[in-house]
Amino acid sequence: MAGALSRPGLLYHMNIELLSQYLVAGLTYGTIYAIVAIGFNIIYNATGIINFAQGEFVMLGGMIAVSLHHIMPLPAAILAAVLMAMIIGALIEIIFIRWLVSPSVLRMIIITIGISIFIREAALHIWGESVRALPYFTGTEVTVISIGDVHISPQVLWVTGTSAVMVALLTFFFSYTLLGKQMRACAANRDAARLCGISTANMVTLSFVLSAGIGALAGCVVSPITYVQYDSGTGLAIKGFTVAILGGLGNSTAAIAAGLVLGILESFSVWVLPTAFKDVVSISILLLILFVRPSGIFGSVEASRLKEF
Amino acid sequence: MVRSRYIPVALFAFSIIAVQLLTALTDRAQFLTQLTMTGYYSLVIIGLCMLIGYAGQISLGHAGFFAIGGYASAFLTTYNLAPHKEKPVISIFAKTGLLLNVQDLYGGDTLVFNPWLACIAAVAVTVLIAYVIGGPVLKLKGHYLAMATLGFGTIVYKVVLGTSFFGAADGLSDIPGFRLLPGLEVSGKTSIRIQNYYISWGMVLLGMLLLTNLINSRVGRALRSIHSAEDAANAMGINTGRYKLNIFVLSAVFAALGGVFLTHYNGGIGPSEASIMKSVRYVAIVAIGGMANLWGALSMGIILNFLSLRGYFGSYDDAVFGVILILIMLFAPEGLLRREVFRGAKKWLSGRGKAEGQKA
Amino acid sequence: MKVCKMFAVLLLACMIMATPALAKDTIKVGAILAVTGPAAFLGAPEAKTLEMMVEDINKKGGIKGKTIELIIKDSGASPEKALSFAKQLIEEDKVLAIIGPSTSGETMKIKSVAEEGKTILISCAAAEVIVNPVAKYVFKTPQMDRDAVIKIFQQMKFMKLTKAGVLSSNSGFGDAGKKQIEKLAPEYGIQIVANEVYDKAATDLTAEVTKVKASGAEAIINWSIEPAQAIVIKNARQLGFKGPIFQSHGFGNVKYAQAAGEAAEGVIFPAGRLLVADLLPSDHPQKAVLMQYKKDYETKYKEEASTFGGHAYDAMTILTKAIEKAGSTDKEAVRTAIENLKGIVGTGGVFSFSPQDHNGIDINAFSFEMLTVKKGKFAILETSAKHEEHIKPKK
Repeated sequence: MAGALSRPGLLYHMNIELLSQYLVAGLTYGTIYAIVAIGFNIIYNATGIINFAQGEFVMLGGMIAVSLHHIMPLPAAILAAVLMAMIIGALIEIIFIRWLVSPSVLRMIIITIGISIFIREAALHIWGESVRALPYFTGTEVTVISIGDVHISPQVLWVTGTSAVMVALLTFFFSYTLLGKQMRACAANRDAARLCGISTANMVTLSFVLSAGIGALAGCVVSPITYVQYDSGTGLAIKGFTVAILGGLGNSTAAIAAGLVLGILESFSVWVLPTAFKDVVSISILLLILFVRPSGIFGSVEASRLKEF
Repeated sequence: MVRSRYIPVALFAFSIIAVQLLTALTDRAQFLTQLTMTGYYSLVIIGLCMLIGYAGQISLGHAGFFAIGGYASAFLTTYNLAPHKEKPVISIFAKTGLLLNVQDLYGGDTLVFNPWLACIAAVAVTVLIAYVIGGPVLKLKGHYLAMATLGFGTIVYKVVLGTSFFGAADGLSDIPGFRLLPGLEVSGKTSIRIQNYYISWGMVLLGMLLLTNLINSRVGRALRSIHSAEDAANAMGINTGRYKLNIFVLSAVFAALGGVFLTHYNGGIGPSEASIMKSVRYVAIVAIGGMANLWGALSMGIILNFLSLRGYFGSYDDAVFGVILILIMLFAPEGLLRREVFRGAKKWLSGRGKAEGQKA
Repeated sequence: MKVCKMFAVLLLACMIMATPALAKDTIKVGAILAVTGPAAFLGAPEAKTLEMMVEDINKKGGIKGKTIELIIKDSGASPEKALSFAKQLIEEDKVLAIIGPSTSGETMKIKSVAEEGKTILISCAAAEVIVNPVAKYVFKTPQMDRDAVIKIFQQMKFMKLTKAGVLSSNSGFGDAGKKQIEKLAPEYGIQIVANEVYDKAATDLTAEVTKVKASGAEAIINWSIEPAQAIVIKNARQLGFKGPIFQSHGFGNVKYAQAAGEAAEGVIFPAGRLLVADLLPSDHPQKAVLMQYKKDYETKYKEEASTFGGHAYDAMTILTKAIEKAGSTDKEAVRTAIENLKGIVGTGGVFSFSPQDHNGIDINAFSFEMLTVKKGKFAILETSAKHEEHIKPKK
C-alpha cells in the first residue's frame, strides 16, 4: 500500500532550511491570526463582548477592495475599503448593540453570530461564490526573496510589516492620545469613566470602528496570498479566538506572541501529523488552555476573574 | 387526577395524530418525509433546551454529539467483518445474531453489526465522550464555555471529514434499516413512511414526557437554582457540578439518538451534520423559542426545520435564518412564544376597540 | 397558552399544506444543485447552464411540442437536504428526471431514492461508485477519475518522470482522485514519494508543499476541485519547485489559472475540450457543440464557461436526446432510450451508453485532452503522449 503508509517524511532529517521554511510559513499564518485576535480584544476591552463577526470584517475588507480596484488604483482602493469597513462597523454597533440594556452573555453571543451569518449571506448574494484576490503589492505570484534555500514571497513581508505598523499605531493611540486613554478608562471601569464625563457609548462605537478597520486592512494585505471568499470569515474568526484566549482575553500584546506561537505550532504539526488534521491541532491547544489555564498563557488569573460574565 | 402539566403532552400527542391524518386526507402524505426528519432534529433541540435554558450552559457544539451518534451507528452497521469471520469472537457474535448478514452494493455478503447493538454502542460512546469532555468544559463560564464547546464541535467535524473510514467528505451511505421490532423498521422506504413518522414523533413525545417530568421534579428545581444563582445553589448544598454534567450528558444522549435514528432513516450521513452552522442553528432555535421554554423551542424547531427541508427559502435559507435570529435576539430575547408576547398581543388587539386608559 | 401554541403550529402546518397543484402539459425536470454553500463553484455554473438551456429549448418550441419545466432546488451541498428534495421532486412534482446533484456525497445518498421512485437520475458528480455497480436509473456525465489519472501518468512516463508527490484536498473529489492515483501508480511505474491531504478551505499551504518538495518528488500531482488548489501552485513555485505541476480535471475553470497568476504557467492537466474549444481543428467532432455552448454561456452570464457547467449541459443534452428518441415522456421508455444512445456529442466527450455503462465516456471517447496554461489562458499541450502512442500499463 503506497501513499499514507510510506512516510519518508519521518525519516528525513530536519535540516536548518526546512526548519526555517516552516518557521516562515508559521509566521505568516500567525501574524494573520494575531491581527484578528487584536480586533477581538479591542472590542472585548471596551464592551466585554466577543464579536463573532470579527472574521467577516477581514472578509469584507478584501472583497470591497477587490471590487473598488476595478475603478481606482490599488492604494486608493485599500484605503476606501478600510474606511467603508469602519463605517459598517460603526453601523453594526449603532443598529444592533448600542441600545441593548445589560444584555446577557448568551444573548450577545447569539446576536453577534446572527450578524456574522447575515454579513456572510449578504456577501454571497452581492459578490457570488467565487474567490477573489488583490494583485500582489510588489511582484507577482512567483517572485520570491531567497535566503539560501528559504523562499519568502514579498507579500509575506507586507503582511508582517503592515501588522507591525498597525500594532505600533494602536499602542501609540492607546498610550498617548486622549481618545485612546478614554477607551482604556472605559475598559477598566465603565461607571467611573462615565462619571468622568467620558461618553461610554461613543467609546463602544469607536472600538467597533477600530476593530473593523484593522480587520479590513489585514484582509486586504493578506488576500493575494490566501484569497477571500464569502465564507472566509468564519474559519479566521475561530483561529482568532483561539489566539485571543491563548494570550489572555483583552491582552493585545500577548495576542501577538500567542498568534506567532500558534502559527508556528500549526506549521510544524504538518511534519508529523496528516495534514488533514492541522486544524485539530490548534483547537486541541485551545481546549487545553481553556481547561488548564483559561486566563491564557500570559494573562493573569486574578484579572480574568474580575471580568464579570 | 390529571396533572395539569401533562395536558400539553396529551395535546401534543393528539396533534401528532391529527397532522398525520390531515396529510392522508389532503393527499399530502409526502410531507411525512420532512416531518419525520424534523422530528429527529427536534430531539436534539429539546435536549439542548434543557441544557441552555434550564441548566444555563451554552453549547455551540451539539451537532458534534448528533454526528457521533450517527456516525458510530453508520460505521458499525456498514463495516464489513466478513473477512474476519473465522475469528472466535466474531463467529460467536454472528451466531448469536449480534452480527447480521447483509447484502452489499455489489451483491456480495457482508457481516455487519446488528443495528440494535450499533445503537447501544453509539449511545455508550456518546455518554463516555460527554462525561470526559463535560467534566472540564462545564467548569468554564460565559464566553469560555461557548468557545470550548465550539472547539469540541469543530474537532468532531474535522475528524469525520478527514478520516477515510468515516467516508471522509462523502460520508457513509447505504446504511441498512433499523429493525426495532418485527414489522417496525426505521428506514426511508416510502411504503413504511407512516410507521416511520410515528416512530420519530413517538420518540419526541417520550422525550418531552421525560423532560417535563424532570423540570417539575427536584432535579428541575435544582437546575433552575443553578441557572439563576450558581454560587447560592452551591451554598445550599446542591452539587452543581454533578447536576450540570448529568444534564450535559442527557442532552448529548438526546442528540446522539436523533443522530442514530435519522441516519437509519436517511440511509446515510455526511460531515455536514457535524458542522458549526448546524450547531449554531440548534442554539438559535432554542433561543428563538425561548431559552427555558421546551414547547417554544420544539415549535420553533418544527417550523424552521420543516420549512428549511422543504426548500421554502431556496438559496436564502441561511440568510433568512440569520435575520430571524437577529430580530428575535434584539426585540424578544426571551423568545417568541412567551406569555408576555401573547398578553401584549391581546392587549394590542383589544386596545383598538376599547377606550383609552383601559388596561387589559 | 400552550394550547394556543399547539393550535398555532397546527394552523401553520395546514396553511403550508395548501400548496396549489398546477396541472400543465409540460415535461417536468428536476435539478438538485449546490448553488450556494461550500460547493457553489460547481452548482452555480450548473444551475446557470440548465436555466439557459431550458429557456433556449422552450423558445424553440420545446420538445415534441411540450415545454420543459425546470425545478431547481438548492441543496447547499448538504446530503440531508438533497435527500428531502429528491423525495419531493419524485413524489410531489413527479418529475421525469433529476439532474444533479453536484457532489458525490449527495448523489450516493439519493441513489436508492431514485431507484425506489423509478426516476431517472443524471448526476453531475464524478465518483465511480455512482455507476459502479450499475443502478437501472442512475447515470452520470463527468468523466472517469481513473481516466484522468491515467492520462497524467502517461504524460509523466512520456516526460520520463517516476517520482510523484501527491497533494489532494479533503473533499470527495480529492479523496476519489487520491485513491485512483494510489491504485494505478504501480501499473505505470510511478512511485509516490509523498502523499498529503490538505483542508479544502486552507489559506496557505507552504508547510505541506515544503514537505512534498523535501521528499524528492520530480513532479507534483495536485488533485482538488476547490479554489485552494491555486494556492498549492503558487506556494510550489515560490518555494522554488522546478518540476512540472499536474492538476486534475477539477482545475477546469480559467478563474483558477488566473488566481494562480504567473505561477500557473506550464501547469499540465487533463480536461474536457470545452476550455480550448477555439483552438480545436474545425473538423473535430466536438467543436461545434463546444463553441456554441461557450458563446451562449459567456454572452448570457458574462463569465467564462467552465467544465463544471459542462456536466450539466451534457446531462440535459442526453435527457432531451433520449426523450426525442423514445418519442414519449414515459420514464421507462426514456430510461431505455438513454441506455441506447450512441455518439452523442457533449462537452465532456462523445457519449455512448449501454446497459452496463451508465457513464458513456471512457478514455477513448475524446473525454480528455492534456492542457496547459500559457499566459493565463488554457492551451493544448504540444508535447503530449497522444492516444495512439500511449504507453501500455505494466501487467
